[in-house]
Amino acid sequence: MGKTTAEKIFEAHLVDEPFPGTKVLKLDVVLCHEITTPIAIDDLIRRNKDRVFDATRIKAVIDHVTPSKDTKTATQAKILRDWARRHGIKDFFDIGANGVCHALFPEKGFIRPGYTVIMGDSHTCTHGAFGAFAAGIGTTDLEVGILKGVCAFRQPKTIKFNVNGTLPKGVYAKDVILHIIGKIGVNGATDRVMEFHGDTIAAMTMESRMTLCNMAIEAGGTSGICQPDATTVEYLWPFIKDEFASKEAALADYSKWKADPDAEYDQTIDIDVTTLQPTVTFGYKPDQSKFVGDMPDSPVDQVYLGSCTNGRMEDLRIAARILKGRKVAPTVRGILSPATPKIQQEAIREGLIDIFMEAGFCVTNPTCGACLGMSNGVLAEGEVCASTTNRNFMGRMGKGGMVHLMSPATAAASAIEGKIADPRKYL
Amino acid sequence: MKTFGGPALFLDRNDINTDEIIPAKYLTEITKEDLKPYILEDLKLPGFDPKGAKTKNARVVVSRANFGCGSSREHAPWVFEVNGITAVIAESFARIFRQNMFNCGMAAIELPKADLDQIFSHAADDDAAMDIDIEAGTLTVNGTGKQKTFTFDISPFDKALVLAGGWVDYADQKY
Ligand code: SF4
Repeated sequence: MGKTTAEKIFEAHLVDEPFPGTKVLKLDVVLCHEITTPIAIDDLIRRNKDRVFDATRIKAVIDHVTPSKDTKTATQAKILRDWARRHGIKDFFDIGANGVCHALFPEKGFIRPGYTVIMGDSHTCTHGAFGAFAAGIGTTDLEVGILKGVCAFRQPKTIKFNVNGTLPKGVYAKDVILHIIGKIGVNGATDRVMEFHGDTIAAMTMESRMTLCNMAIEAGGTSGICQPDATTVEYLWPFIKDEFASKEAALADYSKWKADPDAEYDQTIDIDVTTLQPTVTFGYKPDQSKFVGDMPDSPVDQVYLGSCTNGRMEDLRIAARILKGRKVAPTVRGILSPATPKIQQEAIREGLIDIFMEAGFCVTNPTCGACLGMSNGVLAEGEVCASTTNRNFMGRMGKGGMVHLMSPATAAASAIEGKIADPRKYL
Repeated sequence: MKTFGGPALFLDRNDINTDEIIPAKYLTEITKEDLKPYILEDLKLPGFDPKGAKTKNARVVVSRANFGCGSSREHAPWVFEVNGITAVIAESFARIFRQNMFNCGMAAIELPKADLDQIFSHAADDDAAMDIDIEAGTLTVNGTGKQKTFTFDISPFDKALVLAGGWVDYADQKY
């Protein structure tokens, strides 16, 4: 019988099966940020276990609140910084080089097909875009990952999504994943891997695939996974060109992680994207979404472009295309946080930052900031934000605030009109 | 091993997320104990008061489906732990929250909806309390004039973690 991608990765990384169905896996990379790691470091120190399993396989970044906004966040940053120095962790990204973890680490080429990846962050599923098994975990799992390079998982079941059709105008990966979450619900994929197939996915850039996999957790999924292909190899080529004689050789090697045609799935779901329209959430759960046309007269106070979901170059390009020569509505505060310094620089070079600033946007440094309501755009009680982020929980962006999730195009159109707006008329 | 059981706090809603259990703005605290006052601060439910006596006395939380969804923050189990709550009973859990509970030596117990409906019928009792036996897999609800026992399954691995008091020591010895 054939195997799914996750089953192949599990088999190749299996260290132990302490009980039937519980698999302890060897980890290829352990990713860290300054919100969930300091408390793990503190606990390891208290247990007299301040060690790391392999400094070259640990990657760390200060991204959630940077530059630090107060003594507490400065202390968290310091704990991570001191720890990285103490253990010789070379891939540590601080002010000037830091960006949102799930955008930065792939950009550095740290994620490869077939990898096992953990991080104390629920959106770690993003990295499955490369054909990796990537899962968010809590502090205790992170401690064990740092210490031993292993993590325990239940044997995964997989849901196969066959996503087919050409994306209509104004519809993007964000709309596809919002549609999927709306269809299966916020726990529709709990304890499941979401494996994405089909010609829509095959035609997507790596950036779009990351947007898609990023929100797997919003349906409860353990990891999103895309099949490694020529697009994956092209993206990774600068990092792997010394490992392989040619791109074809790399593709041949990575293809071993593709799911077998006769793999067994827990469920198979077909998605036809040709009838999709720009999609927006309306409630406090990511599965509560509607087509943009079904949400007339929904004013917004703030528009937020950024985050690990939609703060990459293609997101900035599409938003800039809509904003070019136009102005943000006088009732709206527009905030752009490019996800990494490289993206910010490229956006400056391409003239996109000029477009945003002329439209009236405030441009921040790369950081998570407002996405989790910690800095750089926290909402006041009763305020509403049109946002390209991934979570619309009550209070997520500030106590009493409301977040509508949408694509960068829909967010840009909403900035212009001061209410949730259809991007298609600007394209 | 921790002790389990005692007065129950009933949270009658699906999809209670970790932002509701402990808001992100408190993630800057470095010790578990500092989280204590902020338990369930952003949870809006009719009749629920995060600072009320029921929250304060609770040793067990009873809720519905997909409990603990959202962020990976282990601060969610910790804020329960420092408030004396060591077990959550629900119809289902989000994966990361469930594993965080067991990794800390706490219990995330799943029961079918029909059982939970019966347990929720005690929600109005001021003294509704639970006896929980992890080894035997039983949970007894003691309410005013009523008592009923339910059985549950937790995986052998998760049970081993509860018995060992958590995953760090277990893993450091073994791997
Ligand atoms: S951008 Fe938002 S969702 Fe992404 S890692 Fe940062 S806080 Fe989490």
